[in-house]
Amino acid sequence: MAITTAPKLTRRPTPADSTFRYMCLGAGVLVLIVLGLITYTMTTKSWDAVSHMGLSFFTDKHWDIANQHYGALSYIFGTLYSATIAILLAVPLSLGIALFTTQVAPLWLKRPITYLIDLLAVVPSVVWGLWGALVLAAPIRTFFNHIHDIFKDVPVLGTIFGAAQGKSFSTAGIILAVMIIPIITSLSREVMETVPPTDREGALALGATRWEMIKGTVLPHSRTGIIGAVMLGLGRAMGETIAAALVIGGAAQISSNAFASGDSLPAVIANQWSEADTLQKSALIGLAMTLFAMTLIVNLIANSVVNRSERRRAV
Amino acid sequence: MNNVKHRLPMIAGAISLSLLAAACGSSTKSTATTTVAAGTATTSAGGTATTSAGTTAATTAGGATTAATGTTTGAGATTAATGTTAAGGSSAPVDVSKLSASLNASGSTFVGAFVTAAIDDFGAKAKGVKITYGGGGSGKGRQDLADQLVDFAGSDGTIADADKAKFKGGDVLYFPVIVAPITMSYNLSGVTKLQLSPATIAKIFQAKITNWNDPAIAADNSGTTLPAKPIVVAVRSDSSGTTSNFTTFLDKSEGTGGDGTWTLKTGSTVTWPAGVQAGNGNSGVAQIIKSTDGAIGYVDYSDAKAAGLTFASVKNKAGKFVEASLDGATAAATATTVKDNLTFNLAWADGDASYPIAAQTWILVYKNQTDKAKGEATKAFINFLLTDEQAKAASLDYAALPKDLDAKAIAQLDKIVIPA
Repeated sequence: MAITTAPKLTRRPTPADSTFRYMCLGAGVLVLIVLGLITYTMTTKSWDAVSHMGLSFFTDKHWDIANQHYGALSYIFGTLYSATIAILLAVPLSLGIALFTTQVAPLWLKRPITYLIDLLAVVPSVVWGLWGALVLAAPIRTFFNHIHDIFKDVPVLGTIFGAAQGKSFSTAGIILAVMIIPIITSLSREVMETVPPTDREGALALGATRWEMIKGTVLPHSRTGIIGAVMLGLGRAMGETIAAALVIGGAAQISSNAFASGDSLPAVIANQWSEADTLQKSALIGLAMTLFAMTLIVNLIANSVVNRSERRRAV
Repeated sequence: MNNVKHRLPMIAGAISLSLLAAACGSSTKSTATTTVAAGTATTSAGGTATTSAGTTAATTAGGATTAATGTTTGAGATTAATGTTAAGGSSAPVDVSKLSASLNASGSTFVGAFVTAAIDDFGAKAKGVKITYGGGGSGKGRQDLADQLVDFAGSDGTIADADKAKFKGGDVLYFPVIVAPITMSYNLSGVTKLQLSPATIAKIFQAKITNWNDPAIAADNSGTTLPAKPIVVAVRSDSSGTTSNFTTFLDKSEGTGGDGTWTLKTGSTVTWPAGVQAGNGNSGVAQIIKSTDGAIGYVDYSDAKAAGLTFASVKNKAGKFVEASLDGATAAATATTVKDNLTFNLAWADGDASYPIAAQTWILVYKNQTDKAKGEATKAFINFLLTDEQAKAASLDYAALPKDLDAKAIAQLDKIVIPA
């Protein structure tokens, strides 16, 4: 990356300059203060439960309120499993839609599609959740059982596509996928539109087919943006509360069966908070902190992935 | 492109800010104390102002020295309070049309339909009283009452001993208002009549019986052909009084009170075995059962009826299979032992006609009211719930209180202390 550094400008401080400077600094610092306060409050409030359970708060899968035993592992698993399913379903679809609207679709079709996809983002999550619980859950069990019948004797796939429940990791994954498709689609579309037309035309002029042009110019150019979009989607999927609570099934278990019922961190918090006693509340805040940390880790991983690919490209 | 390096100081900053947060935390606490102090000040001021008026009334009231003792209101307020108790007692009913107050309440969603209907009927008589019932669940109701955010709360359960100290307004009175059965609803094509014993239910809900044609189920249902279908167990995903009452029944019959078949104990959320299907609210569970062949779950009576579900007969303590009905719940309430503070538990009640799984709701109010208008309106409304509205209970799929329990609750109204 050969970027020439801008020439040093001589500083002429004016009151407006410094006011603006401090305003920006204040806004930036405010975000950090809020984050710091969140971290502090969650740590202190969850301390009772976490110290009561020790490290097994994160590594134990039994969440037993009657015996004051709180292990979050099955909820951590449920959150990751349903979010992974959502990403697996949503990313190919979203990228397909984004590529179609930017590279393939004629102009008259492009606008209505874009508009409709953005409209999906406006639907409140409780509506998706209720639709999943009331409409989707019952018939999809039959559909999942068909898949189970096909794969039940295949070694690895047999355990992934096990006997089906209506409300399951996969049902939640599907609902979450529908919810994150608009996010990933519109962000990917934005970066794809920034690909210089000269690059695309150059590729086509060299005799590339449309797919080769996409593969050679559009995707490499917008890779960073796409990864960012996927990470935003993943964050949304992991943190989604009410839709997940309504369709994931509510059973604390770790199972490779994608059609089994499970539970996710935010869903448990929403479901149990209202009647929780002191230690249980503390444990639920512990779950919130776990989710917070997980989102942070996912973002850090995403950042390092982006950085590495940037560095490789720069060489 | 060294984003990571840039980020490090930021994270360090976030952590150091936690220290700043510590300071903020302690200042919040001091604010809370100030508010309480202010509240007390108002109460005692009101009490003293009316002392002169109240004194004569107190003298005539004679033995009625129940008095506001729990709070720091002082002697002046006590005298005044005694005066009103004599005047507004249920023996001399107040003219509700003259009351004027705005009451806030929250809590049990189970009793919601009954309270909402009562608010409408009461509002027709007492035009000056405006009551809002916010729902939100029994736990929220108790919390709101503890924090003095509401004037009364609906609760399906009693206050745990550990939480009693949290109630800022002192002693709380329990007024039972309705009872209702919890059904064992199921969906099994071809089976219209099903009988279940508590032991079987305990095993089904712990995934120890997983098929409908299990010998344990067949033993209670001779003559019925049970299909070889897997059982889908439907439970509540949100914490709920219904779950609490259902597990209390299992714990009393098969757990600590029985042979230990039931090991999940009791609670508004319990750790269900893997593979259950959880729904939100009674209607959510009803919906799962309705849409899944082979499902069974616990659903309150009105939601089960509304969803058109079939429900099983359950064996009671006397060894009889009883169908879920309002009469069965009333029978359980008649047979159960009621404590002096009017708390009781209907689960696993004695008596041939008692249905063994039932829920009950209390209206919780502070014994010592702090506001005359609100106190009188609250008292009049509870009186209305216990008298006129009882006749309407059955039409709303709740069972009315047995006569003697109702009489005890009405008598307890006299214990409410209202400042003059």
